Amino acid sequence: MQRILDHPILGPLPEEEKVVIMVDGEPVEARKGEMIAAALIAAGKPYFRKTVKRHEPRSIFCGIGRCTDCVMTVNGIPNVRTCVTAVEDGMVIETQLGSGDWGGKR
Amino acid sequence: MVERDIVVIGSGPAGLCAAIEAAEAGAKVLIVDENAKPGGQLFKQIHKFFGSREHRAGVRGIDIGTLLLKQAEELNIEVWLNTEACGIFDQDKVWVVRDKHTSVTIHAKRIILATGANENAVNFPGWTLPGVMGAGAAQTMINIHRVLPGQKILMIGSGNVGVIVSYQLLQAGAQVKAVVEAAPQLGGYGVHTAKVRRAGVPFYTGHTVLEAKGTDHIESAVVVKLDAAWKPIAGTEFELDVDTICIAAGLTPAVELAFGAGCRSVNSPVLGGLVPWHDETMRTSLSSIYIAGDVSGVEEASTAMEEGRMAGLSAAQSLGYLQEKRYRTRFEAINHNLLALRSGMFGQKRRDAKKAIVAASKG
Repeated sequence: MQRILDHPILGPLPEEEKVVIMVDGEPVEARKGEMIAAALIAAGKPYFRKTVKRHEPRSIFCGIGRCTDCVMTVNGIPNVRTCVTAVEDGMVIETQLGSGDWGGKR
Repeated sequence: MVERDIVVIGSGPAGLCAAIEAAEAGAKVLIVDENAKPGGQLFKQIHKFFGSREHRAGVRGIDIGTLLLKQAEELNIEVWLNTEACGIFDQDKVWVVRDKHTSVTIHAKRIILATGANENAVNFPGWTLPGVMGAGAAQTMINIHRVLPGQKILMIGSGNVGVIVSYQLLQAGAQVKAVVEAAPQLGGYGVHTAKVRRAGVPFYTGHTVLEAKGTDHIESAVVVKLDAAWKPIAGTEFELDVDTICIAAGLTPAVELAFGAGCRSVNSPVLGGLVPWHDETMRTSLSSIYIAGDVSGVEEASTAMEEGRMAGLSAAQSLGYLQEKRYRTRFEAINHNLLALRSGMFGQKRRDAKKAIVAASKG
């Protein structure tokens, strides 16, 4: 949606190094060390995964790693909790369908 | 196997205070926390806390967090971050996984569980749509990550979490379209509620959300009036243009580790449901396991800190680190603080509920 650049209590958003993550094949700029979910919401991504049977969209619910609603495939590994996983430069993030594709490795 | 006097699981307000109190008594303490940073949910609490001066009332949660971390550092308390506690065995062994790949078993003479609580959901058609989230999740997004999860917010629940997060969403630059409350009266402290009301946010008591609409993300919400039996009244529906619904419908204690370890449970509806039985020293039915904070019954950060101190003090004393007289003095002081925090119109119910837990049989 949008970054909070200025805040009456917390002050201006501190400067931070930028990294680039690949989201479904598209480059997205993120702040170094922030959580994947924060970067994706800032970038306006409407949903993070779709459910296995009805293909319903899902995004964050608890935002602190408890509910697993926000899981995505990160660097080829499905079911990564994006709200508690920090971005890394060059990280490959994909919208996940169902329980994810383990690439035959399961 | 790693050996420690006391292992504290969770580094939120309760866990930090437990560790500090135990370390001050001389115990060798290790804190484990699954997160990359310590502090639990303290650092998203940018509002000033309630209570009296001795409970640091008037100080913002973030500043209390910074102070507690400094104290923990000065006491050389060991902290393992990115460490998930997966289970407790034989009442004194904690199995943890560090950095998602290293399995470690810690032999702890005493274990203090400060695992907190999880936000409750409210089910209505469309509640799984992206944009429907816990109020705490929105608070994390704005105050920790500095990202607005939406521009037009509907808050469900007028309790303290609902009104505090509503105000913080306004501070972050969002519009709060309404606060709906199913009960006939508002649930939060007057001072927080008044700030939101003064900002022009409408409050709808005796109303609930009937439906969230949208395809890939929520696009609007339908609100309806409830009758005396909390049933929707047909014809009273109205639609609100919102892109986010925040749910502040209470929390449920995170009891998995406690019950997995075999701690006896007690049902306490006022404090969030099933909690581990505990006595006034915060000891559970298993003599080596203590609890503190929301896992022992959902209250507030201020009570969590005092309970943490009680658990840390009592665990250290049970290992012989404190003289009886010093223990009694500290015990009385902490107990006094807890009673003060559990007083007044909102506190008395919690005080009674805590009493009922302690009075329930140990089993």
